[in-house]
Amino acid sequence: MTRSNHHSSMPAVVVDGLRKEFFRNDGRAGLRRRRKRVAALDGVSFEMHRGETLAILGQNGSGKSTLVRLLSTLLLDDGGSAHVFGHDVAAETRAVRRLINRVSVEASFFKKMSAVENLSYAARFYGMPIRETRERIPEILGRVGFPRKRMGEPLEDMSRGMQQKVALARALLTAPILLLLDEPTTGLDPRSKLEVQTFIREIRQIHDATILLCTHDLVEAEELADRVGILDRGRLIELAPAAELRAKYDAVTLEDAFFAATGKAFEDEPEEEDD
Amino acid sequence: MPQGAAAVLRHELIGLSGVFERNVYLVRRYLWWDVAFFVWTIANTLTIVFIGKGIEATGGDIDVERITTQLLVGAVVWAYLGVIFEILTETVAWERWEGTIEYTFMAPLSRPIHLFGMGLFAIVYGVIRAVLLFGVVALFFDLNLGQADYLAALVVLLVASISFLGIGMMTAVLPLISPEKGTQLGFMAQGILLVISGVYYPVSILPEWMQWASTISPATYALDGLRDAILDGDGLGSMGDELWPLVLIGAVSIPIGLWVFRIGEQYAKRHGKLKRSG
Ligand SMILES: Nc1ncnc2c1ncn2[C@@H]1O[C@H](COP(=O)(O)OP(=O)(O)OP(=O)(O)O)[C@@H](O)[C@H]1O
Ligand SMILES: [Mg+2]
Repeated sequence: MTRSNHHSSMPAVVVDGLRKEFFRNDGRAGLRRRRKRVAALDGVSFEMHRGETLAILGQNGSGKSTLVRLLSTLLLDDGGSAHVFGHDVAAETRAVRRLINRVSVEASFFKKMSAVENLSYAARFYGMPIRETRERIPEILGRVGFPRKRMGEPLEDMSRGMQQKVALARALLTAPILLLLDEPTTGLDPRSKLEVQTFIREIRQIHDATILLCTHDLVEAEELADRVGILDRGRLIELAPAAELRAKYDAVTLEDAFFAATGKAFEDEPEEEDD
Repeated sequence: MPQGAAAVLRHELIGLSGVFERNVYLVRRYLWWDVAFFVWTIANTLTIVFIGKGIEATGGDIDVERITTQLLVGAVVWAYLGVIFEILTETVAWERWEGTIEYTFMAPLSRPIHLFGMGLFAIVYGVIRAVLLFGVVALFFDLNLGQADYLAALVVLLVASISFLGIGMMTAVLPLISPEKGTQLGFMAQGILLVISGVYYPVSILPEWMQWASTISPATYALDGLRDAILDGDGLGSMGDELWPLVLIGAVSIPIGLWVFRIGEQYAKRHGKLKRSG
């Protein structure tokens, strides 16, 4: 069973009415504390086809990371469903885990360990023996522009941009067919940002990966993604190619369209009820 | 599909080696901290073993050699247990601190294999440390080790380790539920074991209800067995009284440990406790 045959006809991601709630404490402390449920995702539905790059925009707290975590089997939903290449993320976690990897806004490494060490043990969790990683890790680090002579240095001594490139290398090492990128360029200087973006573009072209990209950078979204979705307080209020969104809101830039879309939603929806 | 099963097994074994490998890297990177911690443990152990001599000096009529050896065995087992629990607790606590926990928990590695990998490393690391500790502290005292059966002692320690791992898995889950306070709760479990298992005194001096509790503590049998092996030279043949309860408690505590961890993981995934930033 080769992966490509098996998966070619079905959508890469199917999300249907997905819902996730969290408890939020009110201001009181100790025994008088009360908790209320707040929906981080409120019935989100969409599909991604294989090889597509979908950018998700949304203000802070709109639910982007929650969506990524549900797809990465790190959260259990409170309704609806999500499938990755036909596998239910809640019921078939192991099958899903083999197919995905992720880069988040923080690089998340054992910081005293080197890039090679961090990548080595992580690759082992995906069943890659030493024989394989010995060649693949230097090769993949080279491709993200990691200097060969620093491969043994602790990651804590490296810039954020460099760490983020190692995070991309770690994700790619396991050859995921769905790559979840949660603000991979947030907080990077312009140069590092450009390098990471260039690399994401390369992944798209060479690896035939499907990419879900959450971002606050609207230019990045427009340049990298085939379609752009807008999450607003847990609801997916738009999902279309960037050009269509601009046309719909009669906007010159995607940023204008984003403000128009979220501004409208802001007026229409009642304020989150307090109880 | 036997071929599929072999592939899965191979995958899991590679994953297990990855867990071990990660811990080896960490020890290498934090080697000086390990040395410092080891010095602290030696000081601590010496303090306890000197109590034996202290009793004699203040006029107590005791067999000093025997008492110091008993105290030494107690202190070494206690230190060993502490290391096992600490490493297992790091399954969650350290990874959360570094922010790697989500990456580890989303990898296609089954949780039992992940935990066994941590356990295997903990045992190897713990045994090396226990042997060093025993050796270093023994240099300070006249101990009656002439007839000690070290092989039997090692086997008892290893068999007891199975139960220690089971209990360790149960406490390892606590930081998953409370990131800030979970580790401290783990110390509570250790403290209870310390009191009821007769680490520094015979269990028979405890109040009756505590003696009852000591019969379900694997540390009780481990200490008994190790003292028999080291003080009296008992071989494995005469160790049934200790080994069978240990095997039994181990056979029960591992499944319970895995189950408790699983429940904890499900709870964390339901309430977003693995991590929330980003
Ligand atoms: N683990 C959690 N526990 C409690 N509440 C959470 C948790 N994770 C997210 N939330 C809440 O759910 C909502 C959505 O959060 P989420 O992190 O998905 O937003 P986001 O779109 O990624 O925001 P940002 O742009 O800041 O990264 C927020 O109100 C947040 O406070
Ligand atoms: Mg986020």
